[in-house]
Amino acid sequence: MTVIKPGRAPESALLPPATGAPVPRPKKRRGSRSRRGVSGWVVLVVMAVCALLMLFPFWLALINAFKPAEEYLQTGPTSLPTTLDFSALVAFWQSVDFNQKLVNSVVISGSVALIAAAISLVSAFAIGIGRVKGRVWILAIFMLAFTIPQEALVYPLFILTRELGLYDTQLGVIIILSVLQSAFGTYMLASILGAFPPEVLEAARIDGASRFQILTRIVFPLTRPTLAVLITFFFIWTWNDFFLPLVLLPSADNQTVSVALGALSGQYTSDPTSLAAASLAGILPALIFFLLFQRTLMRGVNLGAVK
Amino acid sequence: MTSAATAPPRRRSRLEPAGGYWAYLIPGAIGFAAVVLIPFGMNIYLSLTQYRGVGTPVFIGLDNYARLAADPTFWASFVNSIVFIFAMAIIPTALGVFVAAVLFDFIAPRFGTRVSSIMRAMFYLPQILPIAVAGVLWKWIYQPEYGVGNSILDSIGLGALRQNWLGDSDTAIWAVVNVLIWLQIGYTVVLFMAGLSRVDPALYEAAELDGAGWMTRFRMITLNQLRPEIAVVIITTSVAALKVFAPIFVLTKGGPGTSTMVPSYFSFSSFFTTSQVGYGAAVATVLALVITVIAVGLLLFQTRNTEGFEK
Repeated sequence: MTVIKPGRAPESALLPPATGAPVPRPKKRRGSRSRRGVSGWVVLVVMAVCALLMLFPFWLALINAFKPAEEYLQTGPTSLPTTLDFSALVAFWQSVDFNQKLVNSVVISGSVALIAAAISLVSAFAIGIGRVKGRVWILAIFMLAFTIPQEALVYPLFILTRELGLYDTQLGVIIILSVLQSAFGTYMLASILGAFPPEVLEAARIDGASRFQILTRIVFPLTRPTLAVLITFFFIWTWNDFFLPLVLLPSADNQTVSVALGALSGQYTSDPTSLAAASLAGILPALIFFLLFQRTLMRGVNLGAVK
Repeated sequence: MTSAATAPPRRRSRLEPAGGYWAYLIPGAIGFAAVVLIPFGMNIYLSLTQYRGVGTPVFIGLDNYARLAADPTFWASFVNSIVFIFAMAIIPTALGVFVAAVLFDFIAPRFGTRVSSIMRAMFYLPQILPIAVAGVLWKWIYQPEYGVGNSILDSIGLGALRQNWLGDSDTAIWAVVNVLIWLQIGYTVVLFMAGLSRVDPALYEAAELDGAGWMTRFRMITLNQLRPEIAVVIITTSVAALKVFAPIFVLTKGGPGTSTMVPSYFSFSSFFTTSQVGYGAAVATVLALVITVIAVGLLLFQTRNTEGFEK
């Protein structure tokens, strides 16, 4: 997976546009009951069935994670469990030391999010506020990080991290992912800072503020909401990242949740419910973030849509 | 998003010397050089060598590329990439624009925005999963003996249709395609609905007053107005499809045979499974080139086609 996770929608876009979004559609405009009609209900039912089909795999993981293996073999995957059996979940949790994986993922994702946001802000400050010469080219070079597949970087990174003693350390992965994600952050923040009100900067300069003071006292506080959104995205992207952590963090003690689950494939083929339990363990943190971060992401609606 | 370069020009303050901001580029530049530019350069060099992962790489010129051109696995991997572009870019875009239009312009006005928001969230949910987790979940669904897919076929009396979904080279790629479509639809639905919310409702109202039916409005207004979003989605998802790795790693490891092989997995397995580092580097270099050409090409195509449209 890449820096930008091109295939993934910004979570923010999911949320209803914040108040004052461009031309909010009058909600009750055509909402009269008379317009629903038979065809309206038919379409609603068809859409609801499609939406439920999207959720069906989640539902399967949920009901089967707690189903005793014997019951699964007798009644199949679609029946509700008659007893709640936590043994598959507990067995998975202990066998992969899932607590450790959660801690690793939190440490790596948290560090990457903060460091990448800091690098993005400083670089974007030079490009957007400083308007350094050749900034278009600088941004174009940063764009390379969007298109170059990580496969074209991974073996040299493997060699370099081994040379530097960073192979199989969380620090190595943190540095690499921070840089890759900051390319996106720089691109995004530079355009926002490019539209920074010039009067504010002018006033600060007249008052004798140095460049560093402008960055820390003016630009940073005013871009904090945007930074919060970036940090949230970076956190989620790093959490979900698979390829580089897979290669650069081979030992079980350093692995992230994503890699630990990915490495499961091939194992556990004899026990019919353990993969459901493992899936559920992987689904839960993602679901929790989604609910936790909604409020922050709400502010990022403008960042979200078309880039 | 407007890029920094297109922002209105700002008069540089007389109080402020030009330059001097360069220092702030240093951290980003060092990082970028160390993590992207130098490794990419090294990768190109490695692609010109024979290297087994130990000892010293031996320079062999373009031999790896010549070998690639004659390697059926390499060609198979790019053919599969085309299938995955359909699975991750074309089909989700087509379905997504339709679902978004139905939710936005049919469900929401009749049943309220709450209903349409809930449905949008349901379509989106697969997107929040780490792809590795989605892979494990589907691997279990596809499992041949006790897997959900075959169990359900049995229970509705269609046991004759049981398949070893991921283990049969005829069905494996379609099983993977199914997972990718499931993963991607939410992305397109959400982006297109965000796009529709910026379309002036007066357009729809005027069309409705003129007696245009839903399908006419969809064709004439929705598709036209969403052109910028459709272009962005096609570009980003096509690039993602060419890079697809985690679902393949978790579900099939490129097999059976080469039926689900993709360039990224081919290069990964050359690096770390068969220890043909130079060969893997050549595959990765070609992939980087193909992606860049396609991304730039689509970008140019899009700017030419939407010119005079967005502004």
